[in-house]
Amino acid sequence: MLKTLLAQVKEYKKPSFLTPVFAILEVFMEVMLPLIMAAIIDDGIGKGNVSYAVKMGFLMLFMAMLSLLFGVLAGRFAAQASSGFARNLRKGMFENIQTFAFSNIDKYSTAGLVTRMTTDVTNVQNSYQMVLRMCARAPVTLICALAMTIKINARLSSVFLVAIVVLGVSLAFIVSNAFPVFTQVFKKYDDLNASVQENVNAIRVVKSYVRENHEISKLQKACTELCMLSVKAEKIICLNMPIMQLTVYGCILSISWFGAQFVVAETMTKGELMSMFNYVMSILMSLMMLSMIFVMLTMSKASMDRIAEILTEQADIVNPEQPVMHVKDGSIEFEDVNFAYRKDSKNVLEQINLKIRSGETIGIIGGTGGSKSTFVQMIPRLYDTTEGTVYVGGLDVRKYDLEVLRDEVSMVLQKNVLFSGTIKDNLRWGNPEAGDEEIERVCKLAQADDFVKNFPDQYDTWIEQGGTNVSGGQKQRLCIARALLKKPKILILDDSTSAVDTKTDAMIRKAFREEIPETTKLIIAQRISSIQDADRIIVLDEGRVNGIGTHEELLASNEIYRDVYESQVKGGTDDE
Amino acid sequence: MSKDRKADTEMRNGSANPAAGSGRNPGMGHGMKRGMRGGMPKGRPGLQSGKKPMEVLKRMAAYILHYYKWACLLVVIMIFFSAIAMIYGNMFLQTLIDDYIVPLTGKSNPDFMPLLKAIFRIACVYVAGAACTYGYNRIMVAVTQGTLRHLRMDMFRHMETLPVRYFDTHTHGDIMSMYTNDTDTLRQMISQSFPQIVSSAITIVGVLISMIMLNIPLTILTLAMCGVMAKTAGFLGGKAGTYFVKQQKDLGAVNGYIEEMMSGQKVVKVFCHEEKNIEEFNRLNDSLADSADKANTFANILMPVNGNLGNISFVLCIVAGALMTISGFGGLTLGKLASFLQFNRSFSMPIVQVSQQFNAIIMALAGADRIFSLLDEKPEEDEGYVMLVRANVDAEGNITESEERTGTWAWKHYHKADNTTTYTRMEGDIVMEHVDFGYNPDKIVLKDISLYAKPGQKIAFVGATGAGKTTITNLINRFYDINSGKIRYDGININKFKKNDLRRSLGVVLQDTHLFTGTVMENIRYGRLDATDEQVKEAARLANAEYFIEHLPQGYDTMLTGDGANLSQGQRQLLAIARAAVADPPVLILDEATSSIDTRTEKIVQEGMDHLMEGRTVFVIAHRLSTIKNSDVIMVLDQGKIIERGDHDSLLKEKGIYYQLYTGMLEQD
Repeated sequence: MLKTLLAQVKEYKKPSFLTPVFAILEVFMEVMLPLIMAAIIDDGIGKGNVSYAVKMGFLMLFMAMLSLLFGVLAGRFAAQASSGFARNLRKGMFENIQTFAFSNIDKYSTAGLVTRMTTDVTNVQNSYQMVLRMCARAPVTLICALAMTIKINARLSSVFLVAIVVLGVSLAFIVSNAFPVFTQVFKKYDDLNASVQENVNAIRVVKSYVRENHEISKLQKACTELCMLSVKAEKIICLNMPIMQLTVYGCILSISWFGAQFVVAETMTKGELMSMFNYVMSILMSLMMLSMIFVMLTMSKASMDRIAEILTEQADIVNPEQPVMHVKDGSIEFEDVNFAYRKDSKNVLEQINLKIRSGETIGIIGGTGGSKSTFVQMIPRLYDTTEGTVYVGGLDVRKYDLEVLRDEVSMVLQKNVLFSGTIKDNLRWGNPEAGDEEIERVCKLAQADDFVKNFPDQYDTWIEQGGTNVSGGQKQRLCIARALLKKPKILILDDSTSAVDTKTDAMIRKAFREEIPETTKLIIAQRISSIQDADRIIVLDEGRVNGIGTHEELLASNEIYRDVYESQVKGGTDDE
Repeated sequence: MSKDRKADTEMRNGSANPAAGSGRNPGMGHGMKRGMRGGMPKGRPGLQSGKKPMEVLKRMAAYILHYYKWACLLVVIMIFFSAIAMIYGNMFLQTLIDDYIVPLTGKSNPDFMPLLKAIFRIACVYVAGAACTYGYNRIMVAVTQGTLRHLRMDMFRHMETLPVRYFDTHTHGDIMSMYTNDTDTLRQMISQSFPQIVSSAITIVGVLISMIMLNIPLTILTLAMCGVMAKTAGFLGGKAGTYFVKQQKDLGAVNGYIEEMMSGQKVVKVFCHEEKNIEEFNRLNDSLADSADKANTFANILMPVNGNLGNISFVLCIVAGALMTISGFGGLTLGKLASFLQFNRSFSMPIVQVSQQFNAIIMALAGADRIFSLLDEKPEEDEGYVMLVRANVDAEGNITESEERTGTWAWKHYHKADNTTTYTRMEGDIVMEHVDFGYNPDKIVLKDISLYAKPGQKIAFVGATGAGKTTITNLINRFYDINSGKIRYDGININKFKKNDLRRSLGVVLQDTHLFTGTVMENIRYGRLDATDEQVKEAARLANAEYFIEHLPQGYDTMLTGDGANLSQGQRQLLAIARAAVADPPVLILDEATSSIDTRTEKIVQEGMDHLMEGRTVFVIAHRLSTIKNSDVIMVLDQGKIIERGDHDSLLKEKGIYYQLYTGMLEQD
């Protein structure tokens, strides 16, 4: 997992490497500065040697400047390395997501992906920066200081050994006790936020049913629980500080006591004793720093896991090794096709066998959950079949280059989306090189030209995210135009005219018939009128082909079709 | 030398950078969760409300003190003693050698007793100091968590009173981020910045007094250098702040882009648009990385710059002090200079520490400001006084109040003028007279709407998106108040009703079905909290929802999470209908309640709906005209006006807009 993440450091290896280097140089300066300071006070001012003091003062000034330089550089490189690392993580995830097949996309929610690419990356970025700045610094400080104390007096330095053990044990105690509680806290915190969010989203329901107090008491409970759990967790962390203080104080006092004996016995000088005190802090501080890095890494482990999950997710559908770059015609064939969304779930398509000739118009009808969308998504290979084969242009779809196949099999999804940008921008998704005339032509086909021309900015009208500033019917027509721009051999409309009035709907179909007769057209619809003039109609029910034939044939022979027809005709000629 | 304090600061280093989650921050993994719905508040630091930072700080302090006056006092005292213990310990070290060790050296039989006694004495002070440290940390945990709890509850409680308009005009991501990011920044400020500042202030004051007593000119020099440090901190902090703002903005842009593309990912695949997306994403991502780089750079170099400015201040004091000792100016002796230099060290330290909290404080103040603006939002006004009561009606039609559930409700209307109370039976008679309304005063959405609905009638609204159908229903339950005209309910002006009582009498099923985390049973019971299991099941049967509920893994006890994500849209609508059914209100508002149910299933639901609608006044908005064909009155709305009204047959005969809609000649959406 860590390896996956670190592989994304890439071009930021240099700053990642330089940060600890300069941090170490800064540590050296920091270790030296107190020595000079002591020299100034003891040997300079203490002994009345003012010129020595001033001379050392300038040395100190020089070193302070160096320390500043190193510190600034370390900080600078740390920022560069960590923000660059974060950039690459986001980039890596985004790029990998772009390779995902539908089945991969289904696994993650939009919110989940957004969180991973923002919050989780920010967490990792901060940890990374912390580690870069501290991981070299802490051990180096520890080693330098320990070495100095051992050099001064090996026996006295054994005090630190005791201190390290004490700190280690207490830290282990704190972490092992606090961490499980923190995990619960995170969970509670998530739940709390989820219920607030739920409330914000459903405020109309809350207010309609006058459930404000009910909601408040629900949240009160969650809030109190969160508070108590947090206190429970942080209470343990609170021990950290006093334990550290006590250890430091204990070291100081032990050194005072034993040191005094050594000094009296003249195995140690007074100056050496004073230096020992100076190193107490350095040693214990670096230990604390190490422990903090440890805690921080543990804390961001969850984020790291989530990022690594995206980075290592393998796309379920990839290009074949020697892809076929040309689709011969718009014929489609399903051969013994079974499909299930997951291995362990039941088949949503069962034993589909059918042939569609190039240029045919096929209507598809069936109840919600009748797998109509799933059925057509097999054709541009948005999903791979679980069993059986789908052929397009006489060739297994798995043999085609994905881009070639999807350009030839153009699909208007049921849950269709326009993106923020002008109408032209949106349409050019179908073909980036399309000229204005070409765009106008397809819009005329999709009966979109008229209303677009009525907008003040016409084809340069800005579309809001999700296409919220055009009506449902207009959106659908734009989506159809976008799909037509590909000049596909096969066109699939998945319930794409549901919000379009019947007259326009009919005009679209007429235009299809006259302008693009050679294109195979598959039309999924709820209303019979949209499909009754198709060459053939497929009735899908619970994943199986229930009937296939023309409108008249089905009306005579197919119960479901008749049912649907009657439910719509009885309610007037049409609805929706 | 306040060494321990230094450790303290270093330990807190992680939080000097405002974007860094401190290790013990349970907000980790949640920070920046804003914008889940794309709403990214721009410009975090810098207060949006235009208030002065000091005012916000004051208010924050007042808020904490309101709940934790004594705790805070205790914390300050404990920090004080903890600091004293440290200073006392340091003083001991300075005297250790001269007073205890030197007298012993050279003696053949040194007496270590005085030293042992001194160490014991100091040990006691140290233990007391550590106890104080634990004490104030422990209290601060309670103060922090408690304050956050109160704050969250206050926010939520207040939020629940806000008018629907507030939720319509603020992105939900924005509102959510107050509960997550903003409270997180406050956590950091209360638990870390606050004690840090107190302890630094104590040290600064103590050391300053000592310095003044030793030598005034050198004190001035030190102070001047501190001024430089403060200025630098301000400058770097400000720079960092500016870039942190930019970083948040860039993050918002990235966030928005990811959200848009991820939700349209399937379209991206269909159009093979991956490469283009990556290009655009890289552009945004690079810009974010750049501002993050700059922001962190400034935040990172604050510490080394200020730390070393402290060193420079030290050197300047040496030079100046040395010159003064030589010239004998101000009676400065070498011993005094040595002590002064120690103080110089101790003086710089807390300033460095405080400057490290700078960014955290800016972030927290921006957070607090946003939270306070939520708390300052004006709650929904409710001047109504007519209440809904359970009632008994005797044979003569006299209405009396009842404690028990009678199935009959009445409006309790108190007349101030003659100090009498009248009861009006609640029947569901609704009249609108010349109603004008606009969400903004300058944009009228509904114009001169008049209509009447007799009890038990079914009134339908049809018309294009934006014609004002939903708006009308928003006015009946007073989510919004009308600009002019009158709405009467059972003959009473709806402005006289207590809003809650009014809403309780109206059942609403909305197009966007919202379910709550909980079991299916609980979700249906939401309509009436005291409904028995049997009543809940009854309602489910009425809505034809029982069939699918019983096919769920745990039937009625199946947990629903994430707004019922494990159900289909149609199933969720059925649950919403059941929820309204169990509430058993005299008036029903169905806003596209069956839009996501396919025509065959709808036939089944329709039966349930027809049962549900029996004997109630019903307002229906439906896309599918077949749903509303049997309405008593159908109103065709266009641009906020009723342009046709009548029943199905008469409207068809008119051959107007309704006819065109019905025959599919006109696009409805």
